[in-house]
Amino acid sequence: MEKQKYERPHILRLETGMPGKFGMRNEPAPTTHIDGMAVSELAEKYGSPLFVLSEKTIRSVYRQAYKAFSTRYPKVQFAWSYKTNYLSAVCNIFHQEGSWAEVVSGFEYDKALANGVDPKKIIFNGPAKTREELLLATNNESLIHIDHLDELYLLIEVAEHADHRPRVAIRVNMDTGIYPMWDRFGFNYENGQAWDALNKIMHSGKLDLMGLHTHIGTFIMSANAYAVAATKLAELARLLQVKFNHKLKYIDLGGGFASKNTLKGSYLPGSDTNPSFNDYAEAISSALINSHFAPGELPMLILETGRALIDEAGYIISSVIANKRMSTGRRATIIDAGVNLLFTSFWYQHSITVAQGTSQYREDTSLYGPLCMNIDCIRDSINLPLLNPGDHLVIHQTGAYNLTQWMQFIHLRPKVVMIDEMGDAHIVRENEEMESITGLEKLPGHLSSIKA
Amino acid sequence: MKINPNLAVSESGFLFNPGTGESFTVNPTGAEIIRLLREGLSLEQVIDAFTEQFQVDRHTFEKDLHDFSGILKTYNLLEKDE
Repeated sequence: MEKQKYERPHILRLETGMPGKFGMRNEPAPTTHIDGMAVSELAEKYGSPLFVLSEKTIRSVYRQAYKAFSTRYPKVQFAWSYKTNYLSAVCNIFHQEGSWAEVVSGFEYDKALANGVDPKKIIFNGPAKTREELLLATNNESLIHIDHLDELYLLIEVAEHADHRPRVAIRVNMDTGIYPMWDRFGFNYENGQAWDALNKIMHSGKLDLMGLHTHIGTFIMSANAYAVAATKLAELARLLQVKFNHKLKYIDLGGGFASKNTLKGSYLPGSDTNPSFNDYAEAISSALINSHFAPGELPMLILETGRALIDEAGYIISSVIANKRMSTGRRATIIDAGVNLLFTSFWYQHSITVAQGTSQYREDTSLYGPLCMNIDCIRDSINLPLLNPGDHLVIHQTGAYNLTQWMQFIHLRPKVVMIDEMGDAHIVRENEEMESITGLEKLPGHLSSIKA
Repeated sequence: MKINPNLAVSESGFLFNPGTGESFTVNPTGAEIIRLLREGLSLEQVIDAFTEQFQVDRHTFEKDLHDFSGILKTYNLLEKDE
């Protein structure tokens, strides 16, 4: 006689009381495939944990965003935020789609050049540019966004020895009605710092003022904040036109659009509550079109959104290492992807699904990563099927920041694969090996042997 | 290990403890373990019965049974002297 299928035993205490506001349980379907490729096969072929990126999703989300803005505003230009994900394969998809590069360090600047980006289409932001980097960017006619007065004066000095006049904008910080107000970058609007800096640039005669830039914050849940920002930048542009008869080429509203991830502590899922590209586009376009700019003289609108463009395209395939019970009887499951790979789990309730069919039984689970560190918790509480060691899980919306802020901490970092539009997988970053780490170390002679 | 004899267990996996008023659901595997324990089988005999009847190896089931009996104890579903 054939033996019966086994599922590990499970008992659930029924909680009495008022029914939940939303009645039915929310149990997402298993994610057996990503872009047509079986999760189990990906894990078997490339290892677990594994980062997976979907080229199809990257292009699709970018096109949605571009369409939202270009159908409302005549001159729209996206610039890919390198710090959000600077894997060359990712950057080049955005560049193929028409994005410029937005970089915040010499390293990122060099990476954009190496990717083949036209230097004139590189926006150089950030608070820590060196003299050498400013000279290189000036000679390359890149767009330099000035963060503080020391940089402004340094750039005026650099201009003396450069082949070209620096093409610049200033970063403006401002009160847009949201909290916290980011004021550590750029020049303040309300107290007159920004207008003062613009006057210095215009009077210096050494710099070509091309535009104005702001970046009001991150994961901004209010589209209207961007309308406030656009209106304030438009006012600065009007003052420049009145006083200096100077017309700006562009207004750069930076990034900060929320992705569809759910912030910790949120009552409703981000997919239902976060503003859409259409919401942001409507707020920004309306503010600029309703400002003083004459029809036909609207400046180019530059957008540096990163998170909202790439989050959805990233997945982590992870495997169950072990199940255990906490002292309270609570279920805990250890998986092979922790906060070393998933930095964003500190502020997101990432959606996590199983990669194989299960029964209808679920248990409230604390999901821990593999690090021997108490902070390594991916989800404090998540309703999951009865998992067994070796089962695969898929962590969703991991494309933003995790592949730039991940840590080589305790474990070596895994491979990253990208599934192209034809459904074929490509390794776009190899896994680390011991040599990747120890190769950079130098051992002084007297420490080369551990025999005393 | 003995199950609290006062528990009411339905065939569909619904479990009621009249001593505390608490209700539970168990999956079919859990219900089968409880049924065998109520019949008076020892843990070793439960393991033998399961590995005979289900697609599971001895180590995996022993580990799962250990976990399950621990949670039965946490929920006060065992006899008091257990």
